Amino acid sequence: MPIESGWATVGPFFHAVLPWKDGGAMARPETKGEPITIIGCILDAEEQPINDAMIELWQANAAGRYNHPEDTQPGELDPSFQGFGRVTSDAQGCFTVNTIKPGPVRGLGNSWQAPHIEVSVFARGVLKRLVTRLYFEGEPANEHDPVLSLVEETQRRETLMAKPDPKERGRWHFTLRLGGPQETVFFEV
Amino acid sequence: MDPIPYRRETPGTQPPGLWPDYRSTVLRSPRKPLIALPHTLSEVTGPIFGQDRLQSNDADLTSQHKERPIGDRMIVAGRVLDENGRPVAGTLIEIWQANSAGRYFHPRDSRDAPLDPNFTGGGRTLTDEAGRYRFITIKPGYYPWQNHENAWRPAHIHFSVFGSSFVTRLICQMYFEDDPMLRYDPIYMSVPSEAGRKQLLAKFDYELTMPGFGLGYRFDIVLRGRDATPFEADDHAH
Ligand SMILES: [Fe+2]
Repeated sequence: MPIESGWATVGPFFHAVLPWKDGGAMARPETKGEPITIIGCILDAEEQPINDAMIELWQANAAGRYNHPEDTQPGELDPSFQGFGRVTSDAQGCFTVNTIKPGPVRGLGNSWQAPHIEVSVFARGVLKRLVTRLYFEGEPANEHDPVLSLVEETQRRETLMAKPDPKERGRWHFTLRLGGPQETVFFEV
Repeated sequence: MDPIPYRRETPGTQPPGLWPDYRSTVLRSPRKPLIALPHTLSEVTGPIFGQDRLQSNDADLTSQHKERPIGDRMIVAGRVLDENGRPVAGTLIEIWQANSAGRYFHPRDSRDAPLDPNFTGGGRTLTDEAGRYRFITIKPGYYPWQNHENAWRPAHIHFSVFGSSFVTRLICQMYFEDDPMLRYDPIYMSVPSEAGRKQLLAKFDYELTMPGFGLGYRFDIVLRGRDATPFEADDHAH
């Protein structure tokens, strides 16, 4: 059997190829669902901004359906929504994504997963991508989410929560910390 | 019914998060154990891209500008397979690399080596139904970096591949056999097993070599594969 090829860092010089012009515009005006803006920031173990990262996002549409042949759930596909985003961090270590809030997605067995976005972090110094999830603070379904409940130190679940902007509805803030006392929960897939 | 999960990572194939020989990992690697994410619909699905992501000449990095770039022209081709040996068809591959003088077309690469106005160093293609891909490019040069005293990256091309799901995503680097810098390179050496490192080496290939044009190199990429199919799993139960 062949073995999986070994990961390597994207390094600092990927910008001529990987970023896409429309990478942060995941939703179009006609996309069904609640439009949201995610302002993300990415910090190292000393809370310094990481200004050379790439972030990829993958999510279901407003009906909780993924645009992929393996998702045969009844929810309708939205032709205006692929569900994939790719952005790079700026000088402040931040990025902006315009998308829609995903619907709940079936989990394993009879479980349901709260609305969430799969997040991959790539950067110089990150040999293998870091995988995490973005959830929405205050969402009642979070309480029964099977993945959140895998995080045994309950206070660390906070690191997976995007927080609503106190002033502007539909705006969410999400901070990724690659180390330090408030290190984000990362997953092995 | 639950989705069929992918195999979990095979020990020895992947670099660790913290690898102090590569200094930048120190402040950019989580220290708490990663939590195993079950493979739900969110993980077994992923973006699928079509021809609309490609522009003409995306697979020929020597034809993207007015003139030919400087350097040794070469053909890099191979297959994308999964761990079960099955071809991964119709998947997007993106590559980026330094020019023949070892300089990236990038505002942050300010080293004292010439830029080549005829080489940007970026390419894209989709694999065919047999998982095959092919790029025409020039051989990238060595470049120094700040990681340690007298540090040089071996000649390499960065590869980004999606595969069929979120789980199968891969970004790796392709190196050349017999490159004397390999054993001094902490990024190459971060792959634990020798078999894993060997798999990252492109091999000279006479069949791919084009008369009067350039040398050919073969480089196959292996993505994560599915665990046993439900049918096979059933077999084990009896
Ligand atoms: Fe590089």
